[in-house]
Amino acid sequence: MLVSDSDSKITPLYEEHRRAGAKIIPFGGWLMPVQYTSISDEHQAVRQAVGVFDISHMGQLVASGSGSAEWLNRMLTNNVARLEIGGGQYTFLLNETGGIIDDLIVYRTADTEFLLVVNASRTDEDVAWLEQHLPAGVQLENRSAERAGLAIQGPKIVELLKLMLGSDVALPARNQLRDFTFEGMLLSIARTGYTGEDGVEVFLAAKDAPAIWNAVLEKGKPLGLKPCGLGARDTLRLEMCYPLNGSDLTPEHNPIEAGLGFFVDLKKGDFIGRAVLQQAKDNGTASKLAAFVMKGKGPPPRPHYPVWVGGARVSEVSSGTLSPSLNQGIGMAYLPTASATIGSEIEIEIRGQKFPAVIEKKPLYKKS
Amino acid sequence: MSNVPDDLFYTESHEWVRVEGDRARVGITDHAQAELTDVVYVELPKIGTQVEARGQIAVVESVKAASDIYAPLKGEVVEANEALSSNPALVNTDPFGEGWIFVLKMSAPDDVKQLKDAAAYRASIG
Repeated sequence: MLVSDSDSKITPLYEEHRRAGAKIIPFGGWLMPVQYTSISDEHQAVRQAVGVFDISHMGQLVASGSGSAEWLNRMLTNNVARLEIGGGQYTFLLNETGGIIDDLIVYRTADTEFLLVVNASRTDEDVAWLEQHLPAGVQLENRSAERAGLAIQGPKIVELLKLMLGSDVALPARNQLRDFTFEGMLLSIARTGYTGEDGVEVFLAAKDAPAIWNAVLEKGKPLGLKPCGLGARDTLRLEMCYPLNGSDLTPEHNPIEAGLGFFVDLKKGDFIGRAVLQQAKDNGTASKLAAFVMKGKGPPPRPHYPVWVGGARVSEVSSGTLSPSLNQGIGMAYLPTASATIGSEIEIEIRGQKFPAVIEKKPLYKKS
Repeated sequence: MSNVPDDLFYTESHEWVRVEGDRARVGITDHAQAELTDVVYVELPKIGTQVEARGQIAVVESVKAASDIYAPLKGEVVEANEALSSNPALVNTDPFGEGWIFVLKMSAPDDVKQLKDAAAYRASIG
Protein backbone atom coordinates (compact mmCIF):
# COMPACT_ATOMS: atom_id res chain seq x y z
CA MET A 1 0.00 0.00 0.00
CA LEU A 2 1.25 3.44 -0.95
CA VAL A 3 0.30 5.20 2.27
CA SER A 4 3.72 6.80 2.59
CA ASP A 5 2.64 9.47 0.10
CA SER A 6 2.24 12.13 2.77
CA ASP A 7 1.16 14.87 0.35
CA SER A 8 -2.06 13.03 -0.42
CA LYS A 9 -5.30 13.91 1.29
CA ILE A 10 -7.65 11.39 2.87
CA THR A 11 -11.43 11.36 3.02
CA PRO A 12 -13.48 11.02 6.24
CA LEU A 13 -13.95 7.34 5.25
CA TYR A 14 -10.26 6.46 5.01
CA GLU A 15 -10.27 4.40 8.23
CA GLU A 16 -13.41 2.53 7.12
CA HIS A 17 -11.65 1.61 3.85
CA ARG A 18 -8.56 0.37 5.66
CA ARG A 19 -10.65 -1.67 8.08
CA ALA A 20 -12.47 -3.24 5.13
CA GLY A 21 -9.12 -4.34 3.66
CA ALA A 22 -9.23 -2.01 0.65
CA LYS A 23 -6.20 -1.57 -1.55
CA ILE A 24 -5.40 2.13 -1.36
CA ILE A 25 -3.84 4.13 -4.21
CA PRO A 26 -3.04 7.80 -4.78
CA PHE A 27 -5.59 9.37 -7.15
CA GLY A 28 -5.81 13.03 -8.05
CA GLY A 29 -4.01 14.06 -4.85
CA TRP A 30 -6.05 11.70 -2.64
CA LEU A 31 -5.52 8.29 -1.09
CA MET A 32 -8.52 6.32 -2.33
CA PRO A 33 -9.65 2.67 -2.35
CA VAL A 34 -9.08 1.11 -5.78
CA GLN A 35 -10.75 -2.15 -4.77
CA TYR A 36 -11.92 -4.08 -1.70
CA THR A 37 -12.12 -7.64 -3.03
CA SER A 38 -11.98 -7.63 -6.82
CA ILE A 39 -12.81 -5.09 -9.52
CA SER A 40 -14.91 -7.67 -11.40
CA ASP A 41 -16.94 -8.64 -8.32
CA GLU A 42 -17.56 -5.01 -7.41
CA HIS A 43 -18.48 -4.20 -11.02
CA GLN A 44 -21.01 -7.05 -11.10
CA ALA A 45 -22.48 -6.02 -7.73
CA VAL A 46 -23.36 -2.64 -9.25
CA ARG A 47 -24.72 -4.13 -12.50
CA GLN A 48 -26.82 -6.76 -10.70
CA ALA A 49 -27.52 -5.53 -7.14
CA VAL A 50 -26.07 -2.36 -5.61
CA GLY A 51 -22.68 -0.94 -4.65
CA VAL A 52 -21.45 2.02 -2.61
CA PHE A 53 -18.50 4.27 -3.54
CA ASP A 54 -16.75 6.95 -1.48
CA ILE A 55 -16.85 10.12 -3.58
CA SER A 56 -15.84 12.45 -0.74
CA HIS A 57 -12.76 13.47 -2.72
CA MET A 58 -15.00 15.29 -5.21
CA GLY A 59 -15.19 19.03 -4.76
CA GLN A 60 -18.40 20.65 -3.46
CA LEU A 61 -18.69 24.36 -4.23
CA VAL A 62 -21.60 26.65 -3.46
CA ALA A 63 -22.35 29.75 -5.53
CA SER A 64 -24.97 32.15 -4.19
CA GLY A 65 -26.22 35.70 -4.46
CA SER A 66 -28.68 37.58 -6.60
CA GLY A 67 -26.56 37.40 -9.75
CA SER A 68 -25.45 33.77 -9.32
CA ALA A 69 -27.62 32.24 -12.06
CA GLU A 70 -26.56 34.80 -14.68
CA TRP A 71 -22.92 34.44 -13.67
CA LEU A 72 -22.95 30.62 -13.84
CA ASN A 73 -24.53 30.87 -17.27
CA ARG A 74 -21.50 32.87 -18.42
CA MET A 75 -19.09 30.37 -16.83
CA LEU A 76 -20.75 27.04 -17.78
CA THR A 77 -21.94 25.55 -21.10
CA ASN A 78 -25.38 24.23 -20.10
CA ASN A 79 -28.28 26.54 -19.22
CA VAL A 80 -28.88 26.91 -15.46
CA ALA A 81 -31.98 29.02 -16.20
CA ARG A 82 -33.69 25.74 -17.08
CA LEU A 83 -33.16 24.38 -13.55
CA GLU A 84 -36.05 24.47 -11.08
CA ILE A 85 -35.10 24.37 -7.40
CA GLY A 86 -33.83 20.81 -6.80
CA GLY A 87 -32.88 20.31 -10.44
CA GLY A 88 -29.40 19.33 -11.66
CA GLN A 89 -27.58 19.24 -15.00
CA TYR A 90 -24.28 17.99 -16.42
CA THR A 91 -22.20 20.88 -17.73
CA PHE A 92 -18.67 22.05 -18.62
CA LEU A 93 -16.32 24.73 -17.36
CA LEU A 94 -14.28 25.93 -20.37
CA ASN A 95 -11.26 28.12 -20.95
CA GLU A 96 -11.29 30.99 -23.49
CA THR A 97 -10.43 28.62 -26.36
CA GLY A 98 -13.27 26.22 -25.54
CA GLY A 99 -10.94 23.67 -23.93
CA ILE A 100 -12.35 21.73 -21.01
CA ILE A 101 -11.18 22.78 -17.53
CA ASP A 102 -13.69 20.51 -15.82
CA ASP A 103 -16.96 18.63 -16.25
CA LEU A 104 -19.38 18.85 -13.36
CA ILE A 105 -22.97 18.69 -12.19
CA VAL A 106 -24.64 21.91 -11.07
CA TYR A 107 -27.77 21.76 -8.87
CA ARG A 108 -30.06 24.67 -8.04
CA THR A 109 -30.55 24.33 -4.27
CA ALA A 110 -32.49 27.58 -3.82
CA ASP A 111 -33.64 30.43 -6.04
CA THR A 112 -30.19 32.06 -5.97
CA GLU A 113 -28.02 29.22 -4.63
CA PHE A 114 -26.23 26.50 -6.58
CA LEU A 115 -24.18 23.42 -5.64
CA LEU A 116 -21.36 22.51 -8.02
CA VAL A 117 -19.96 18.98 -7.72
CA VAL A 118 -16.57 18.95 -9.44
CA ASN A 119 -13.69 16.54 -10.05
CA ALA A 120 -11.31 16.03 -7.12
CA SER A 121 -8.15 16.74 -9.10
CA ARG A 122 -9.63 19.93 -10.59
CA THR A 123 -11.19 21.48 -7.49
CA ASP A 124 -8.41 23.99 -6.77
CA GLU A 125 -8.10 24.95 -10.43
CA ASP A 126 -11.89 25.39 -10.75
CA VAL A 127 -12.04 27.57 -7.64
CA ALA A 128 -9.16 29.73 -8.89
CA TRP A 129 -10.78 30.16 -12.33
CA LEU A 130 -14.22 30.90 -10.87
CA GLU A 131 -12.85 33.39 -8.31
CA GLN A 132 -10.91 35.13 -11.06
CA HIS A 133 -14.23 35.75 -12.84
CA LEU A 134 -16.36 36.39 -9.76
CA PRO A 135 -18.50 39.55 -10.01
CA ALA A 136 -19.77 41.68 -7.12
CA GLY A 137 -22.94 40.26 -5.60
CA VAL A 138 -22.00 36.59 -6.08
CA GLN A 139 -20.35 34.49 -3.37
CA LEU A 140 -18.38 31.33 -4.01
CA GLU A 141 -17.62 28.97 -1.14
CA ASN A 142 -15.45 25.87 -1.32
CA ARG A 143 -17.14 23.48 1.13
CA SER A 144 -15.13 20.41 0.05
CA ALA A 145 -13.25 20.02 3.35
CA GLU A 146 -16.37 19.91 5.53
CA ARG A 147 -18.46 17.79 3.13
CA ALA A 148 -18.44 14.12 2.13
CA GLY A 149 -20.15 12.15 -0.62
CA LEU A 150 -21.28 8.60 -1.37
CA ALA A 151 -22.42 7.19 -4.70
CA ILE A 152 -24.86 4.31 -4.20
CA GLN A 153 -25.51 2.66 -7.55
CA GLY A 154 -27.34 -0.37 -8.90
CA PRO A 155 -30.79 -1.78 -9.68
CA LYS A 156 -31.57 -2.41 -5.98
CA ILE A 157 -31.08 1.26 -5.02
CA VAL A 158 -34.80 1.94 -4.45
CA GLU A 159 -35.13 -1.14 -2.26
CA LEU A 160 -32.10 -0.03 -0.23
CA LEU A 161 -33.30 3.53 0.26
CA LYS A 162 -36.72 2.27 1.37
CA LEU A 163 -34.97 0.14 4.00
CA MET A 164 -33.08 3.21 5.20
CA LEU A 165 -35.61 6.01 4.84
CA GLY A 166 -38.98 4.23 5.12
CA SER A 167 -41.11 2.36 2.60
CA ASP A 168 -43.18 5.45 1.74
CA VAL A 169 -40.12 7.55 0.85
CA ALA A 170 -40.54 9.69 -2.30
CA LEU A 171 -37.20 9.57 -4.06
CA PRO A 172 -36.03 12.36 -6.33
CA ALA A 173 -36.51 11.89 -10.09
CA ARG A 174 -33.52 11.57 -12.45
CA ASN A 175 -31.07 14.50 -12.01
CA GLN A 176 -33.10 15.90 -9.10
CA LEU A 177 -31.73 16.63 -5.62
CA ARG A 178 -33.74 16.50 -2.40
CA ASP A 179 -32.94 16.65 1.31
CA PHE A 180 -33.71 13.77 3.69
CA THR A 181 -33.03 13.05 7.35
CA PHE A 182 -31.59 9.74 8.53
CA GLU A 183 -31.18 9.26 12.29
CA GLY A 184 -30.86 13.01 12.75
CA MET A 185 -28.31 13.46 9.95
CA LEU A 186 -29.08 15.60 6.90
CA LEU A 187 -28.56 13.90 3.54
CA SER A 188 -28.85 15.67 0.20
CA ILE A 189 -29.72 12.87 -2.22
CA ALA A 190 -29.41 13.30 -6.00
CA ARG A 191 -30.62 10.74 -8.55
CA THR A 192 -27.37 10.86 -10.50
CA GLY A 193 -24.38 8.62 -11.08
CA TYR A 194 -21.46 7.51 -13.19
CA THR A 195 -22.26 3.83 -13.75
CA GLY A 196 -25.20 3.60 -16.16
CA GLU A 197 -27.35 2.03 -13.43
CA ASP A 198 -30.16 3.61 -11.46
CA GLY A 199 -28.59 5.16 -8.39
CA VAL A 200 -27.99 8.16 -6.20
CA GLU A 201 -25.22 10.43 -5.04
CA VAL A 202 -25.51 11.47 -1.41
CA PHE A 203 -23.91 14.68 -0.15
CA LEU A 204 -23.51 15.07 3.61
CA ALA A 205 -21.45 16.55 6.42
CA ALA A 206 -17.97 15.00 6.64
CA LYS A 207 -18.51 14.17 10.34
CA ASP A 208 -21.57 12.04 9.49
CA ALA A 209 -19.86 10.07 6.72
CA PRO A 210 -18.64 7.02 8.72
CA ALA A 211 -22.07 6.49 10.34
CA ILE A 212 -23.88 6.71 7.00
CA TRP A 213 -21.30 4.53 5.21
CA ASN A 214 -21.71 1.81 7.84
CA ALA A 215 -25.51 2.09 7.81
CA VAL A 216 -25.49 1.64 4.01
CA LEU A 217 -23.23 -1.43 4.32
CA GLU A 218 -25.44 -2.96 7.00
CA LYS A 219 -28.83 -2.24 5.37
CA GLY A 220 -27.49 -3.24 1.97
CA LYS A 221 -25.96 -6.54 3.03
CA PRO A 222 -29.10 -8.65 2.46
CA LEU A 223 -29.43 -7.05 -0.99
CA GLY A 224 -25.91 -8.08 -2.03
CA LEU A 225 -24.42 -4.60 -1.64
CA LYS A 226 -20.64 -4.31 -1.86
CA PRO A 227 -18.29 -1.41 -1.13
CA CYS A 228 -16.71 -0.53 -4.48
CA GLY A 229 -13.45 1.17 -5.36
CA LEU A 230 -12.16 3.40 -8.12
CA GLY A 231 -11.30 0.32 -10.21
CA ALA A 232 -14.95 -0.69 -10.64
CA ARG A 233 -15.94 2.97 -10.95
CA ASP A 234 -13.66 3.18 -14.00
CA THR A 235 -14.85 -0.05 -15.70
CA LEU A 236 -18.52 0.86 -15.08
CA ARG A 237 -18.21 4.36 -16.50
CA LEU A 238 -16.13 3.26 -19.47
CA GLU A 239 -18.70 0.63 -20.52
CA MET A 240 -21.14 3.57 -20.65
CA CYS A 241 -18.55 5.77 -22.43
CA TYR A 242 -18.86 8.41 -19.72
CA PRO A 243 -15.71 10.53 -20.04
CA LEU A 244 -13.04 10.78 -17.35
CA ASN A 245 -11.59 14.22 -16.73
CA GLY A 246 -7.87 14.35 -17.35
CA SER A 247 -8.03 11.34 -19.68
CA ASP A 248 -10.93 11.83 -22.12
CA LEU A 249 -11.52 15.49 -21.30
CA THR A 250 -8.59 17.91 -21.33
CA PRO A 251 -7.98 21.60 -22.11
CA GLU A 252 -6.81 20.44 -25.59
CA HIS A 253 -10.34 19.27 -26.48
CA ASN A 254 -13.77 20.86 -26.43
CA PRO A 255 -17.16 19.27 -25.64
CA ILE A 256 -18.16 19.12 -29.34
CA GLU A 257 -15.10 16.98 -30.15
CA ALA A 258 -15.93 14.83 -27.14
CA GLY A 259 -19.41 14.20 -28.58
CA LEU A 260 -21.06 15.98 -25.65
CA GLY A 261 -22.69 18.89 -27.49
CA PHE A 262 -25.99 17.96 -25.82
CA PHE A 263 -24.69 19.66 -22.67
CA VAL A 264 -23.83 22.89 -24.48
CA ASP A 265 -26.53 25.55 -25.00
CA LEU A 266 -25.34 27.84 -27.78
CA LYS A 267 -28.62 29.80 -27.74
CA LYS A 268 -28.62 30.94 -24.10
CA GLY A 269 -26.32 33.95 -24.62
CA ASP A 270 -22.59 34.36 -24.32
CA PHE A 271 -20.37 32.16 -22.16
CA ILE A 272 -16.62 31.55 -21.95
CA GLY A 273 -15.58 29.40 -24.91
CA ARG A 274 -18.85 29.90 -26.82
CA ALA A 275 -17.36 31.27 -30.06
CA VAL A 276 -15.09 28.26 -30.47
CA LEU A 277 -17.94 25.83 -29.82
CA GLN A 278 -20.24 27.61 -32.31
CA GLN A 279 -17.52 27.27 -34.94
CA ALA A 280 -16.95 23.60 -34.02
CA LYS A 281 -20.67 22.94 -34.37
CA ASP A 282 -21.01 24.82 -37.69
CA ASN A 283 -17.84 23.57 -39.38
CA GLY A 284 -17.28 20.23 -37.68
CA THR A 285 -14.11 19.27 -35.84
CA ALA A 286 -10.92 17.63 -37.06
CA SER A 287 -11.16 14.94 -34.41
CA LYS A 288 -13.87 13.11 -32.46
CA LEU A 289 -13.82 11.03 -29.30
CA ALA A 290 -14.77 7.53 -30.48
CA ALA A 291 -15.49 4.33 -28.56
CA PHE A 292 -13.91 1.09 -29.73
CA VAL A 293 -14.09 -2.62 -28.99
CA MET A 294 -11.13 -4.95 -29.54
CA LYS A 295 -11.66 -7.79 -32.03
CA GLY A 296 -10.99 -11.27 -30.71
CA LYS A 297 -8.77 -12.22 -27.80
CA GLY A 298 -5.85 -10.04 -26.86
CA PRO A 299 -4.45 -7.86 -24.13
CA PRO A 300 -6.77 -5.10 -22.87
CA PRO A 301 -6.16 -1.60 -24.26
CA ARG A 302 -4.86 0.96 -21.78
CA PRO A 303 -4.41 4.75 -21.68
CA HIS A 304 -1.60 6.12 -23.90
CA TYR A 305 -1.29 3.04 -26.13
CA PRO A 306 -0.75 4.30 -29.72
CA VAL A 307 -3.71 4.19 -32.14
CA TRP A 308 -3.10 3.44 -35.83
CA VAL A 309 -5.40 3.98 -38.82
CA GLY A 310 -4.41 2.70 -42.28
CA GLY A 311 -0.73 2.44 -41.44
CA ALA A 312 -0.45 5.85 -39.76
CA ARG A 313 -0.19 6.57 -36.07
CA VAL A 314 -3.05 9.02 -35.42
CA SER A 315 -3.43 9.35 -31.64
CA GLU A 316 -3.42 7.41 -28.41
CA VAL A 317 -5.98 5.62 -26.25
CA SER A 318 -7.52 8.07 -23.77
CA SER A 319 -9.29 5.38 -21.70
CA GLY A 320 -9.08 1.61 -21.97
CA THR A 321 -9.79 -1.50 -19.95
CA LEU A 322 -11.20 -4.98 -20.08
CA SER A 323 -14.98 -4.68 -19.89
CA PRO A 324 -16.20 -7.06 -17.17
CA SER A 325 -19.71 -7.09 -18.70
CA LEU A 326 -18.61 -7.79 -22.28
CA ASN A 327 -15.44 -9.73 -21.34
CA GLN A 328 -13.72 -7.81 -24.12
CA GLY A 329 -11.19 -5.01 -24.36
CA ILE A 330 -12.84 -1.59 -24.78
CA GLY A 331 -11.71 2.00 -24.88
CA MET A 332 -12.00 5.52 -26.20
CA ALA A 333 -9.66 7.66 -28.30
CA TYR A 334 -9.72 10.92 -30.22
CA LEU A 335 -9.57 10.00 -33.92
CA PRO A 336 -9.56 11.98 -37.17
CA THR A 337 -13.29 12.57 -37.79
CA ALA A 338 -13.30 10.40 -40.95
CA SER A 339 -12.04 7.43 -38.92
CA ALA A 340 -14.40 8.01 -36.00
CA THR A 341 -17.44 6.54 -37.75
CA ILE A 342 -19.28 3.44 -36.52
CA GLY A 343 -17.74 0.32 -38.07
CA SER A 344 -14.38 1.90 -38.88
CA GLU A 345 -11.39 -0.31 -38.18
CA ILE A 346 -8.41 0.88 -36.17
CA GLU A 347 -5.40 -0.77 -34.59
CA ILE A 348 -4.13 -0.44 -31.04
CA GLU A 349 -0.39 -0.89 -30.51
CA ILE A 350 0.34 -2.94 -27.41
CA ARG A 351 3.97 -3.63 -26.53
CA GLY A 352 5.04 -3.17 -30.14
CA GLN A 353 2.33 -5.34 -31.68
CA LYS A 354 -0.85 -4.07 -33.39
CA PHE A 355 -4.25 -5.46 -32.44
CA PRO A 356 -7.44 -4.75 -34.44
CA ALA A 357 -10.41 -2.89 -32.98
CA VAL A 358 -13.66 -1.52 -34.40
CA ILE A 359 -15.48 1.75 -33.67
CA GLU A 360 -18.87 1.12 -32.07
CA LYS A 361 -21.84 3.20 -31.02
CA LYS A 362 -21.83 4.65 -27.48
CA PRO A 363 -22.62 3.32 -24.93
CA LEU A 364 -20.73 0.05 -25.38
CA TYR A 365 -22.80 -1.63 -22.67
CA LYS A 366 -26.55 -1.82 -23.14
CA LYS A 367 -28.74 -3.19 -20.38
CA SER A 368 -30.51 -6.36 -21.51
CA MET B 1 -2.68 -15.68 4.64
CA SER B 2 -1.02 -16.61 1.38
CA ASN B 3 -0.12 -20.17 0.51
CA VAL B 4 3.70 -20.65 0.16
CA PRO B 5 4.46 -24.32 -0.69
CA ASP B 6 7.66 -25.64 0.94
CA ASP B 7 8.93 -27.52 -2.13
CA LEU B 8 9.30 -24.44 -4.37
CA PHE B 9 11.84 -21.63 -4.81
CA TYR B 10 10.88 -17.94 -5.01
CA THR B 11 12.03 -14.57 -6.37
CA GLU B 12 11.85 -11.03 -5.02
CA SER B 13 9.43 -10.27 -7.87
CA HIS B 14 6.98 -13.00 -6.72
CA GLU B 15 7.65 -15.74 -9.26
CA TRP B 16 7.85 -19.34 -8.05
CA VAL B 17 10.11 -22.07 -9.47
CA ARG B 18 9.55 -25.83 -9.40
CA VAL B 19 12.71 -27.74 -10.31
CA GLU B 20 12.00 -30.69 -12.63
CA GLY B 21 15.42 -32.19 -13.50
CA ASP B 22 17.26 -29.61 -15.64
CA ARG B 23 14.03 -27.68 -16.16
CA ALA B 24 12.30 -25.03 -14.09
CA ARG B 25 8.53 -24.57 -14.15
CA VAL B 26 7.58 -20.95 -13.36
CA GLY B 27 4.45 -19.14 -12.25
CA ILE B 28 3.46 -16.30 -9.94
CA THR B 29 2.80 -16.82 -6.26
CA ASP B 30 -0.51 -16.90 -4.43
CA HIS B 31 0.50 -13.60 -2.80
CA ALA B 32 1.11 -12.02 -6.22
CA GLN B 33 -2.17 -13.22 -7.72
CA ALA B 34 -4.05 -11.91 -4.66
CA GLU B 35 -2.40 -8.51 -5.10
CA LEU B 36 -3.19 -8.41 -8.83
CA THR B 37 -6.69 -9.97 -8.64
CA ASP B 38 -8.79 -10.70 -11.73
CA VAL B 39 -6.10 -11.81 -14.18
CA VAL B 40 -7.64 -11.20 -17.61
CA TYR B 41 -4.73 -11.77 -20.00
CA VAL B 42 -1.36 -13.50 -19.98
CA GLU B 43 1.19 -12.74 -22.68
CA LEU B 44 3.17 -15.97 -22.91
CA PRO B 45 6.84 -16.16 -23.92
CA LYS B 46 7.73 -17.70 -27.28
CA ILE B 47 9.22 -21.19 -27.25
CA GLY B 48 12.94 -21.00 -27.92
CA THR B 49 13.41 -17.57 -26.32
CA GLN B 50 16.78 -17.29 -24.56
CA VAL B 51 16.51 -15.27 -21.38
CA GLU B 52 18.84 -14.00 -18.69
CA ALA B 53 17.96 -14.22 -15.00
CA ARG B 54 15.69 -11.29 -14.09
CA GLY B 55 14.97 -10.64 -17.78
CA GLN B 56 11.41 -9.56 -18.63
CA ILE B 57 9.77 -12.59 -20.28
CA ALA B 58 5.95 -12.48 -19.93
CA VAL B 59 3.13 -10.10 -18.97
CA VAL B 60 0.20 -10.74 -16.64
CA GLU B 61 -2.66 -8.27 -16.96
CA SER B 62 -5.39 -7.63 -14.43
CA VAL B 63 -8.40 -5.39 -15.12
CA LYS B 64 -6.43 -2.46 -13.72
CA ALA B 65 -2.82 -2.90 -14.86
CA ALA B 66 -0.20 -4.84 -16.83
CA SER B 67 2.58 -6.44 -14.74
CA ASP B 68 5.88 -7.76 -16.08
CA ILE B 69 6.96 -11.30 -15.24
CA TYR B 70 10.70 -11.98 -14.97
CA ALA B 71 12.71 -15.12 -15.62
CA PRO B 72 13.96 -16.39 -12.25
CA LEU B 73 16.96 -18.08 -13.93
CA LYS B 74 18.99 -17.98 -17.14
CA GLY B 75 17.74 -20.44 -19.75
CA GLU B 76 15.63 -21.24 -22.80
CA VAL B 77 11.83 -21.25 -22.85
CA VAL B 78 10.77 -24.80 -23.75
CA GLU B 79 7.08 -24.74 -22.81
CA ALA B 80 4.38 -22.09 -22.35
CA ASN B 81 1.00 -22.72 -20.75
CA GLU B 82 -1.40 -22.31 -23.69
CA ALA B 83 -4.36 -23.03 -21.36
CA LEU B 84 -3.91 -19.48 -20.04
CA SER B 85 -4.82 -18.06 -23.47
CA SER B 86 -8.41 -19.20 -23.07
CA ASN B 87 -8.52 -19.19 -19.26
CA PRO B 88 -6.15 -16.61 -17.75
CA ALA B 89 -8.03 -16.81 -14.43
CA LEU B 90 -6.19 -20.10 -13.74
CA VAL B 91 -3.42 -17.83 -12.43
CA ASN B 92 -5.86 -16.73 -9.71
CA THR B 93 -7.59 -20.03 -8.99
CA ASP B 94 -4.57 -22.38 -9.05
CA PRO B 95 -1.37 -20.28 -9.05
CA PHE B 96 0.98 -23.18 -8.17
CA GLY B 97 -0.77 -25.78 -10.37
CA GLU B 98 -2.80 -25.22 -13.55
CA GLY B 99 -1.81 -21.55 -13.47
CA TRP B 100 1.90 -22.15 -14.27
CA ILE B 101 3.15 -19.81 -17.00
CA PHE B 102 6.25 -21.29 -18.68
CA VAL B 103 9.07 -23.84 -18.37
CA LEU B 104 12.76 -22.96 -18.73
CA LYS B 105 15.59 -25.31 -19.64
CA MET B 106 18.12 -23.99 -17.13
CA SER B 107 21.57 -22.95 -18.40
CA ALA B 108 23.02 -23.22 -14.88
CA PRO B 109 20.84 -25.35 -12.59
CA ASP B 110 23.05 -24.47 -9.61
CA ASP B 111 21.73 -20.89 -9.74
CA VAL B 112 18.54 -22.18 -8.09
CA LYS B 113 20.49 -21.88 -4.84
CA GLN B 114 20.43 -18.10 -5.25
CA LEU B 115 16.62 -18.02 -5.07
CA LYS B 116 14.64 -17.72 -1.86
CA ASP B 117 13.33 -20.82 -0.15
CA ALA B 118 9.80 -20.93 1.20
CA ALA B 119 10.78 -19.62 4.65
CA ALA B 120 12.68 -16.66 3.22
CA TYR B 121 9.85 -15.80 0.82
CA ARG B 122 7.25 -16.10 3.59
CA ALA B 123 9.32 -13.65 5.67
CA SER B 124 9.62 -11.22 2.76
CA ILE B 125 5.85 -10.93 2.24
CA GLY B 126 5.24 -10.56 5.96
